[in-house]
Amino acid sequence: MADELIYQSATQLAAQLAAGKISAVELVQACLARRQAVDGRVKAFNSCDEAGALAAAKASDARRAAGQARGPLDGIPVGFKDVIAVEGQPLTCSSKMLANFVSPYDATVTLKLKAAGAIPFGRLNMDEFAMGSSTENSAFGPTANPWDLTRVPGGSSGGSAAAVAAGEVPLTLGSDTGGSIRQPAALCGIVGLKPTYGLVSRYGLAAFASSLDQIGTMAHTVGDAALLLGAIAGHDPRDSTSFKAEVPDYRAALAAKKGPWRLGVPREFFGAGLDPEIGAAVKQAIEFYRKQGCEIKEVALPLAAEYAIAVYYLIATAEASSNLARYDGIRYGHRSKAATDVAGVYFQSRAEGFGPEVKRRIILGTHVLSSGYYDAYYLRAQKVRTLIRNEFTAVLRDCDALLSPTSPVPAFKLGEKSADPLAMYLTDIYTISVNLAGLPGISIPCGFTGGGLPIGLQLIGRPFDEAGLLAVAQAYESAHDWHTKHPSL
Amino acid sequence: MNYEAVIGLEVHVQLKTASKMFTRVAAGYGQPENTLTDPVVLALPGALPVLNKEALDKIITAGLILDCAIAPVCKWDRKNYFYPDSPKNYQISQYDQPICVGGTVEIELPGPSRNVMGEHKKIPLTRIHLEEDVGKLNHGASDSLVDYNRAGTPLMEIVSEPAMHSADEAFAFLTALRTAMVQGGISDCDMEKGQLRCDANISIRPVGETKLGVKVELKNLNSISFVRDGIAHEIRRQVAVLGSGGTIVQETRDYDGQTGASQSLRSKEMAHDYRYFPDPDLMPVKVDEAWLAVIRPTLPERMFDRQRRYLEQFQLPYTLTSVLVPSLALGAFFEEAAKLSGKPQAAANWITNDLQRELAAAGVELAASKVRPAHIAGLVKLVESGVISSNIAKEVFVAMFATGEQADAIVERKGLKQSTDTGELEKWVTDAIAADPKAAAGFKGGNEKALNAIKGAVMKASKGKANPQLVDQIARKLLA
Amino acid sequence: MSTQPDLNLDYLANLARLALTDAEKAEFAQQLGDILHYVEKLKQVDVSGVEPMAHASPVFNVWQPDVVAPGLPVEAALRNAPARREDMIVVPKVVE
Repeated sequence: MADELIYQSATQLAAQLAAGKISAVELVQACLARRQAVDGRVKAFNSCDEAGALAAAKASDARRAAGQARGPLDGIPVGFKDVIAVEGQPLTCSSKMLANFVSPYDATVTLKLKAAGAIPFGRLNMDEFAMGSSTENSAFGPTANPWDLTRVPGGSSGGSAAAVAAGEVPLTLGSDTGGSIRQPAALCGIVGLKPTYGLVSRYGLAAFASSLDQIGTMAHTVGDAALLLGAIAGHDPRDSTSFKAEVPDYRAALAAKKGPWRLGVPREFFGAGLDPEIGAAVKQAIEFYRKQGCEIKEVALPLAAEYAIAVYYLIATAEASSNLARYDGIRYGHRSKAATDVAGVYFQSRAEGFGPEVKRRIILGTHVLSSGYYDAYYLRAQKVRTLIRNEFTAVLRDCDALLSPTSPVPAFKLGEKSADPLAMYLTDIYTISVNLAGLPGISIPCGFTGGGLPIGLQLIGRPFDEAGLLAVAQAYESAHDWHTKHPSL
Repeated sequence: MNYEAVIGLEVHVQLKTASKMFTRVAAGYGQPENTLTDPVVLALPGALPVLNKEALDKIITAGLILDCAIAPVCKWDRKNYFYPDSPKNYQISQYDQPICVGGTVEIELPGPSRNVMGEHKKIPLTRIHLEEDVGKLNHGASDSLVDYNRAGTPLMEIVSEPAMHSADEAFAFLTALRTAMVQGGISDCDMEKGQLRCDANISIRPVGETKLGVKVELKNLNSISFVRDGIAHEIRRQVAVLGSGGTIVQETRDYDGQTGASQSLRSKEMAHDYRYFPDPDLMPVKVDEAWLAVIRPTLPERMFDRQRRYLEQFQLPYTLTSVLVPSLALGAFFEEAAKLSGKPQAAANWITNDLQRELAAAGVELAASKVRPAHIAGLVKLVESGVISSNIAKEVFVAMFATGEQADAIVERKGLKQSTDTGELEKWVTDAIAADPKAAAGFKGGNEKALNAIKGAVMKASKGKANPQLVDQIARKLLA
Repeated sequence: MSTQPDLNLDYLANLARLALTDAEKAEFAQQLGDILHYVEKLKQVDVSGVEPMAHASPVFNVWQPDVVAPGLPVEAALRNAPARREDMIVVPKVVE
């Protein structure tokens, strides 16, 4: 029974739950068993409240038995990146700073998922405070890529991607500031959706860079990503940046929207630095769309391609330096035993609590905002950000979506790039500009390298047009079977 | 050498809202420690701020009362600094686009005597912006304890231009500002509860010099009289330093109101680098004419405008107006009593003297007073129409205050009507003359004052009910 | 690669309340120098007349009415406190 449930899509599982063929308890037990079997090698999870998940599953089965099932997600386990608050569960951000922190409140997405009957299933590893592209910056050790345990799963939502790819849980939540959902989805061969900035509430998401962070969904299929998105999207009065938009029925939209579409291919996203196997796979995907009758247009995003990473690392680190000031060892979190005065509590707790990448970014962000540098760095970066957004707006006037690789490289070896932060930053070259422009982006599997590593296709959509973007992605997925391939673990 | 002081004030005023500035947990004072918190107040991971609309309405109200320009667009910035009472280690504030720009506070300086209006001035403001308060540190012998109940309370910072030149001006500024804020319903401005706090920037320069001297920031001026005393002390200190050949150093000093002395606070970080940047969690605010049009009708009449109206429209003496105008409620009470009685000055006298005295003695707020404007009007009418004498009226007032009965009912019940029965009056006067032949003889001999003894005796015999004018006439007639 | 002469790590570490070891300082000086060198390229962009973008979408006037909602019980508020006494957070004595 248990093995049969592994790697089924959430949509399939929901149908079986609805038909009474399986129970939520059986499903949770299957996930727990799988986690037991593989997570010692994959290390996707920081923790998992097994008793809580089973209790929630029992409650779900009871609702269903009483004819009060709450919809397709009732009884479906959902893994949480360890940066999203669930009341009574750890919220570590994979940092020593918060190693013992237990959240006294629920994030808005958590409340919405609980209301939908979904079962919070475990806390997923990540780069510390979502800063990184490999999950190697976790204070609790790296997560391995299920396709090759010697390689990184990508990051920062590496645990969320690996847990799905390893069949430990059908759906996970991640967060994406510069590619942190899409890049690990690509490297792990799953679907990862970063919604438009403002579509999903950030309340309860520990902030990295507030103007860029967005919670999104990770799943086996486009349909699953849409299902989970429908449950978490929508305006939240607790998040001032959350948009007052209607949330359509994304799954209905998938069925309804058939194209053909006008699709843009940004010329600059296929230049130097792109792994040739990835370039070839993505070009094949583009050919698929052309054969489907889509109009393929080459478009230019010169500013995005040239300046996005520079803009990103100025804005994101500046915001982070301020956002992470709250981790001071006073009200919660790690307090240094060596501290004898308040200054010591600050300096020592933060020195002991934060890892090197977090420290590096805090220092950089502090510099960017400091007296005498603000205009040259932060203000200028914000202006170039405006130009990058304008560039996307202009291109998307004539295109329904853009197609590109998600990552220039497939999963790299653990430790391969950790000594050179700038080289690591450059792996986000195709994803970062999407965050700067606030647009929705999705990565879907589009092949494998000769070495058997997954390749991701990135689709970029218009603001708040997730329905359209998902439909374009669905058209590809329906005609291919990449998403049905799974690593042997 | 003669020096001129130059003083600018930074005043923090807590807004009177039900919930906090950026989250909806209750704001309040005197609650058990850390019971007014939530994820936002404690800056838990993931918490986000959302503006309190009422706080915006209140600061706009303040801005309009003080003649500020209300910015069409304002935004929110983070001021980054670490302190244990600051949960996020940044304060959400407004840096380069505050909501209120410019403005003035009209002040009145002490007059030559308390019966004479002093000089009025308009002290210009630089700006008013909105921010959030911090928590409270309680210092023990070996450690400090932090209570975050106050953290996140809406706080308005009002910055004056360096345009005051004496401790008296600063005192008058703060008094007028407090009155405006209380009357606008913006804050209760209770300094003991920290609802109004004041820092002063003080420098001195030789008279005639236009360049500003080195400024000293004076902190912890936690009562209005400490503000006056502290500033006066600092000016004297600076004059003494310069007078003895010393130089003023730019520093922050702490004024101790109890000892009347100040000491330098050693600034750990002399040059602050707050790294202000726009808060990405909060959207800017646009204030349009339609919003202002909703607020304008709710603005109270400014205190000095009202005082000028009382002086002109009601012809009240200055001393009475200066009692009536600091309280909106007392002013409204007076205006109602003036209207009902048709005798503003008489009504004002009763309210500012007798009513105020009785309220104070009984420890009762005006709102709880049993004496309402109609009572005052009734009493004034009885006196004006000669039904009771002023002396009897005092007695009637005390009874009214105690019971809430109308004056005419009390007069009726107690039989206090003034006697105009000439037969009865003649008997009292005749008896009084008989009882005091010496006074009678004195008056007849030309001593006007001797008549007072006779009249006094009549008033005593009549228990005050004798009409004084008639008594005077009759006595003169009988002693003629 | 170049190191940024105006990257004052002691000053920044103090602002950020972060104790850095000498080894960290040396490493960061190198790495952040590289990054700052990389971002120099932004100087090539003509940004005259361009509005800075502080938010992903230009929305104004987002607020809530002044209606009180329940907060955290003291126990929940302080459950993660490293040190507490009398329902307050204990810190080493703050000298003002």
